[in-house]
Amino acid sequence: MSNIPETGRTPRVQIRLIIIQVLVFSLLLTLGGRLWYLQIRNGDEYTAEAAGNGVQQVVQPAVRGSILDARGVPLADNETRLVVSASRTELMKMKDDGKGVLARLAGVLGLKPKEVADKVRLCDSETPQPCWNGSPYQPIPVTDEATTKQALQIRERAEDFPGITAEPTAVRRYTAPGKARTSQVLGYLSPVTDEEIEKAKDGPSPYLRSDMVGRSGLERTYDKELRGKAGVTRYEVDNLGRVMGEAENDPTVPGSNVVTSLDARVQAVAEYELHQAMKTVRKETDKITGRPYEADSGAVVVMESKTGRVISMASQPDYDPNAWVGGISGKEYARLTGKNSNYPLLNRAIQGQAPAGSVFKVVSASAAVRGGHPFDGRYNCSSSYSMGGRSFANFESKGHGPITLGDALKFSCNTVFYRLGHEEWQRDGGIKPKKGAHDWFYRTARDFGFGGETGIDLPNEVKGRIPDRRWKQDFWKANKDAWCKQGKKGGTYVEQIAYESCLEGNQLKAFDSINFAIGQGDVLITPVQLATAYAAISNGGTLFKPTVGKAVISPDGKRIEEIEPRADGKLPVDAETISDLDKGLRSVVEPGGTAAWRFGGWPQDKIPMRAKTGTAQVYGKQTTSWFATYTDDYTIVMTISQGGTGSGASGPAVRNIYDALYGVSDDGDINPKKALLPKPQKDLPKISRDGSIEAPEIRPYVPEKPKDPAADQQIAIGRSGD
Amino acid sequence: MSGPHGFSVQRYAPERGTLAKLTARDSVLRRLDWPLLWSSLALSVIGALLVWSATRTRDQLNQGDPEYFLWRHILNTGIGLALMIGTIWLGHRTLRGAVPVLYGLSVVLVLLVLTPLGATINGAHAWIVIGGGFSLQPSEFTKITIILIMAVLLAARVDAGDQEHPDHSTVVKALCLAVVPIVVIMLMPDLGSVMVIAVIILGVLLTSGASNRWVLGLIGTGAVGAVVVWQLGVLDEYQINRFAAFANPELDPAGVGYNTNQARIAIGSGGLTGTGLFKGSQTTGQFVPEQQTDFVFTVAGEELGFLGAGLILLLLGVVLWRACRIARETTELYGTIVAGGIIAWFAFQSFENIGMTLGIMPVAGLPLPFVSYGGSSMFAVWVAIGLLQSIRVQRPMSA
Repeated sequence: MSNIPETGRTPRVQIRLIIIQVLVFSLLLTLGGRLWYLQIRNGDEYTAEAAGNGVQQVVQPAVRGSILDARGVPLADNETRLVVSASRTELMKMKDDGKGVLARLAGVLGLKPKEVADKVRLCDSETPQPCWNGSPYQPIPVTDEATTKQALQIRERAEDFPGITAEPTAVRRYTAPGKARTSQVLGYLSPVTDEEIEKAKDGPSPYLRSDMVGRSGLERTYDKELRGKAGVTRYEVDNLGRVMGEAENDPTVPGSNVVTSLDARVQAVAEYELHQAMKTVRKETDKITGRPYEADSGAVVVMESKTGRVISMASQPDYDPNAWVGGISGKEYARLTGKNSNYPLLNRAIQGQAPAGSVFKVVSASAAVRGGHPFDGRYNCSSSYSMGGRSFANFESKGHGPITLGDALKFSCNTVFYRLGHEEWQRDGGIKPKKGAHDWFYRTARDFGFGGETGIDLPNEVKGRIPDRRWKQDFWKANKDAWCKQGKKGGTYVEQIAYESCLEGNQLKAFDSINFAIGQGDVLITPVQLATAYAAISNGGTLFKPTVGKAVISPDGKRIEEIEPRADGKLPVDAETISDLDKGLRSVVEPGGTAAWRFGGWPQDKIPMRAKTGTAQVYGKQTTSWFATYTDDYTIVMTISQGGTGSGASGPAVRNIYDALYGVSDDGDINPKKALLPKPQKDLPKISRDGSIEAPEIRPYVPEKPKDPAADQQIAIGRSGD
Repeated sequence: MSGPHGFSVQRYAPERGTLAKLTARDSVLRRLDWPLLWSSLALSVIGALLVWSATRTRDQLNQGDPEYFLWRHILNTGIGLALMIGTIWLGHRTLRGAVPVLYGLSVVLVLLVLTPLGATINGAHAWIVIGGGFSLQPSEFTKITIILIMAVLLAARVDAGDQEHPDHSTVVKALCLAVVPIVVIMLMPDLGSVMVIAVIILGVLLTSGASNRWVLGLIGTGAVGAVVVWQLGVLDEYQINRFAAFANPELDPAGVGYNTNQARIAIGSGGLTGTGLFKGSQTTGQFVPEQQTDFVFTVAGEELGFLGAGLILLLLGVVLWRACRIARETTELYGTIVAGGIIAWFAFQSFENIGMTLGIMPVAGLPLPFVSYGGSSMFAVWVAIGLLQSIRVQRPMSA
């Protein structure tokens, strides 16, 4: 039926057709194999990549919790401000790196173009402040003080300001209620750095790029609680970033509020009085140097004796913590970190250390008791003590004859403790300590909490120093080479000292022990250590870990985590000795005692006051004033560097703080209505149903009119050695 | 039309009633290759779904109608089917007489692209805009006319029984005819089509029985040509970039390597069963460019998974298997060569298209037969199916 020729089907074509078929199917098999490899073998890898492809995160920063005082008065809270920010990533996309936009922005904000440009540059080792040390991907705040008009200008002309946003934002505010700045205790915030983000990435509380992080003070210690959790809305987006839907979301969790044991009113009093005391003493002339007192820095700690809770903590010089809000200016930063302003960022209550002077004598008296010397024994308070041809004088070279240790505290008799210190040193074997040497003085100092951190809930506390045999050895090892290089036999005074130190600087000498017994020499203590130790004497022997934080309250007020006072140890002496010490310290404010002239008219029968004065010598500087006091409820410690004597410089200020606490007037009347805090605040502030915390109104501290200078003179007659 | 072989179905079959004609033992319907038809149709339907999924969120493309491309694809398929039926009805042998005219027409169309009527899409100046949202890609039709004109030339003397294999001068003539449109397409430049046509010529030469020297010579010329093209800088930068990205996709993930990377992510994330139609985040998010045309396979990979994408490979396999069978079963060289050219075309174009989405071939702008959106391509492949069916229908009954 077909007329199609049976040609064309040669074997050559037939074979080639088979080859083609084989080729075709091997191509298809190749595709199949590759498909399997991508989808089945490596599928998970690509699934993960696809998941990350189309998700954009929008971060809503959590509102940081407030820091409140014991009655609920906010010390740090937030306010809404108009923040103008610049996105570096957007600016860098422009041809001129955004210079034009920033210049226009500077025009609107009334700033110099350079100021704005400096704020958005990134910090590195060669870039001085101001610069941005947060993440370069986070919008950088240019100002948080934009007016509504400026913000509107920026928003309405969005095309002129690409990459610039102006939005109301919750900004940290340090309220300084009643003028209580509380600077160093509150601390400050600054933007999170890339390293911190990286480090905390896999931890339980990772950072977001927008986070501000507490850098010091309570802001740092309670950073995690205060910070809350930023909300993250994850949008599924397409390749152009258009939103297609919402993926998994993390809701914003506002930060918790931290209630502290601080009392803003007492804090205001303490700050004012410390500042005032330093101002006053600068007008006085130092008899030793013949110059007015420098009073370069000072600190005061008011602590609850029975719990270790800090009611007030002030450090001078201080600063306005609001300077950090919204990016610190270059000038301000230089001022805060410069030598000229004497480092106001330091919290000298926990970071300032100085030789203790006579406030240390409670340690020495306890050490003597531990060494077997009865408290009520008789010890010769001679006008001077001789050792190896050297004479160590009493304060103002005054003698009191044989007295008890209690009286030695009362008169602050140095010679009694010189002798005890020297004898103990000899008993321990002197320069070559015998096996099992007690080293009671050094050991007792450590047992009182000196030479170590108190563990207060504030960062970067310093340890102070107890110059025992071990320390001597370590210190010598570290400095030996320098000393040996510098030292010269029979050279200048400094060279001679270096020469001697090179040879035997590792030995604990009799001289060291004599000095140590009155808190002089290489010993260094911090105000908070001293407060903790004296509070322990007040409460019967418990050394507390001082705390500023009292409770963490969730934003809805439903979850309250109280921060209980925690005992950190016991004083190393029995109850009887503590009671003896207490009596001795009580006699210090009674007639004849070194602080009596500062407590004239104090209702000692109603509110028994104990005190110890201290005047510590510092090589090359004026003396440091120490004043450690306590009642049954409160312990107050004040120190003024280069401020003269303990009672002289710090006395009136401490007295005024007590007056304010108890409502005591100069003539000794107690007016409960005027008393700020006659008993420590036990309860937490009242929390409303919506979680807000009620805050009582606060009136600024009005110091009493200065006393009649003549009357002051009269009381001063009773003044004794420090 | 001349020569003794110019039969049409009507003339070949005895006169019968329409129904009887269709149901008779030797009827066209009975003689059609149904697996070939069904798998081609299935590919087109799957293509419609994939194109729909890829374009339903692309608002600038679909003019606000998410189903715009779905209906257009179905319409194209319908026109394609009509073209196939027309081709079967005419028959490849009848067409034989018209081949020089068709060839000349396609060359004119290709040349028109180089005139101001031509339009550039995606870097290739390969289109003629007709208006009303329609545009034509003449190189698609050229693929068919080159197969036909070469087949006519190479098979004439052999089918007439004069020769066992085409002689050298015939091969030279056939190659010369093929080179004309190739040069024009190269000028566009539409590199993908040039590559496909080169492979088509190889397939045609192989199945024509031309001497091994010609086959090897062509392969050698292809290789040398590629080097020359590369060295002379005839290629545009975007084409070189595509090759560079193929060699190393991590080179520039936001730029050149972006396509390949996103395509691979889309396919890789599909897993065994895929995310389900319309549920692929890569597809919905439009992360893969040209996803309804050149990268349509990635939609299948992501949303239908290994099973769905494998089904496409399987269906393509069926089409190619049937085509190979048709090539082997026909006794005339003309039909064999036409089928051989179509096999080479479909096989290489599918391999290149899918291979580039899988990262084993460099990126070249080629549609996946039946599946990709695009009228010209769709019409061309259905005409090719029509030719294959015609070759099968008109083969002698094995009795």
